[in-house]
Amino acid sequence: MAYPANFRYTKEHEWIDVQGDTGTIGITDYAQHELGDVVFVELPKIGTKLTAGKPLGTVESVKAVSEIYSPATGEVTAINDTLADSPEKINTDPHAAAWLVKVKLANPADVSSLMDAAAYQSYVDAKDKEAHA
Amino acid sequence: MTLPETELRKTALNSLHRRMGAKMVDFGGWDMPVEYPATGGLIAEHMAVRTGVGVFDVSHMGDITIDSSEPGGALAAVQHISMNDASKLAVGQAHYSALLYPQGTFVDDVIVHRMGDENYLLVINAGTREKDFHWVRDNVKGFKCVAKDVGDNYTQLAIQGPRAAEVMGKLTDANLSVVKNYWFTHGTVCGLRNILIARTGYTGEDGFEIYVPHDPAISEMVWGRVFEAGKEFGILPCGLGARNTLRLESKMALYGHEISDTINVWEACLDRYAKMEKGDFVGSAALVKAKEAGIKRVLVGLEMVDRGIARDGYRVFNEKDHAIGVVTSGSPAPFLKKNIALAYVPPEHSAIGSIVLIEVRTQKLKAHVVPTPFYKRPKK
Repeated sequence: MAYPANFRYTKEHEWIDVQGDTGTIGITDYAQHELGDVVFVELPKIGTKLTAGKPLGTVESVKAVSEIYSPATGEVTAINDTLADSPEKINTDPHAAAWLVKVKLANPADVSSLMDAAAYQSYVDAKDKEAHA
Repeated sequence: MTLPETELRKTALNSLHRRMGAKMVDFGGWDMPVEYPATGGLIAEHMAVRTGVGVFDVSHMGDITIDSSEPGGALAAVQHISMNDASKLAVGQAHYSALLYPQGTFVDDVIVHRMGDENYLLVINAGTREKDFHWVRDNVKGFKCVAKDVGDNYTQLAIQGPRAAEVMGKLTDANLSVVKNYWFTHGTVCGLRNILIARTGYTGEDGFEIYVPHDPAISEMVWGRVFEAGKEFGILPCGLGARNTLRLESKMALYGHEISDTINVWEACLDRYAKMEKGDFVGSAALVKAKEAGIKRVLVGLEMVDRGIARDGYRVFNEKDHAIGVVTSGSPAPFLKKNIALAYVPPEHSAIGSIVLIEVRTQKLKAHVVPTPFYKRPKK
């Protein structure tokens, strides 16, 4: 799966799509593949204040609980509640239909310090190589 | 200076698992497949075993033989170290049992097979192989028998599921219809002579465990033939992830979780496998005392009521928010589509329907006590 060119990416495999001062956040295809079948998602409530680098919720597979770290600082304005009944969307459509939260960004410009799609692709390619060494 | 990492032990099929793209994990010092993403992953593997057939490489498990040249020599030794009554085993029969410490707690659980009049095979856990063998050898010293560690001699495959018998039937000349649950036979398997075929398993389904020579080429040949035979039934390779969810649904104990060296037989609710009437065995005196003193905690099955998943090690609270116990194993159950757990709680909280709270990260989520096993395979 290609990484959308207009998103930014974190080392912990979250993506953020910035439109104006709204950021839409999700986890990447690499993350969902590492996790396996997602069975449960825990998201913050609307109004929650998120801090860049701090946990915003969890995604769980049968075997593991994985924390999701917020790529940016801001306030949660929307959550994707379709994931409660269909957590498997995270596996099938991690970059679009399985967005997790929307955030009103405290400082949209901060996001430019995150990896772009090309940098993220190199980053995960290196991780794959390491894993199969 | 960086210290060299202890290398993980590998089964004969290790390279095959890696070629299949399996996700590998360190299990008790062994490099083992946890799931095979290329063929669907954990949930698909679990469902294949419940509805069709799946195959597991369980070669990491250990095997100890106890043999004697004297009539009764091996039986006396086995009776001393194993809590179930081995005198009830016919040649060709196996049963579930445990090896206990003098305080009545677990060295390991074990499947005891009576191979011959004076010959027994104990199949033991991977993570406790060395410990178990040393313990067995030390505890049979006074008996006229020889204990051998033969785990390295075998590749052990578990073929499990409602279609397992049909798969096995294609691979062997042995008459499987007379091999009942927990019985075994020997036969030619994939051209290999005198292979142990046991109707045992750790999934709650019908199935067989076969023990073939450890040689990698032979092991891969057998694995390939199992797959050919299972193709029409949708056979999948299954890893330790599905192995765990299957045994959990069937309420089968896992060493280090439901049983350990600090848990006794009564607490683990394995009473029916401890044949106290057969005479003394290692741990029996302590078990008698423990029963007289009263049992302080028991193993119960839990099902989540609130949305959330209870996992190994999560704490259990009563409705007054007092800590009362711990989850030993907890996970989503792929076949039952519920979130289930096994936990130790005081006897007063063990009645079916009792409500408890499980600490899941920052929340306390409701669960209730349910009957176990959570899953029982349909009677044919």
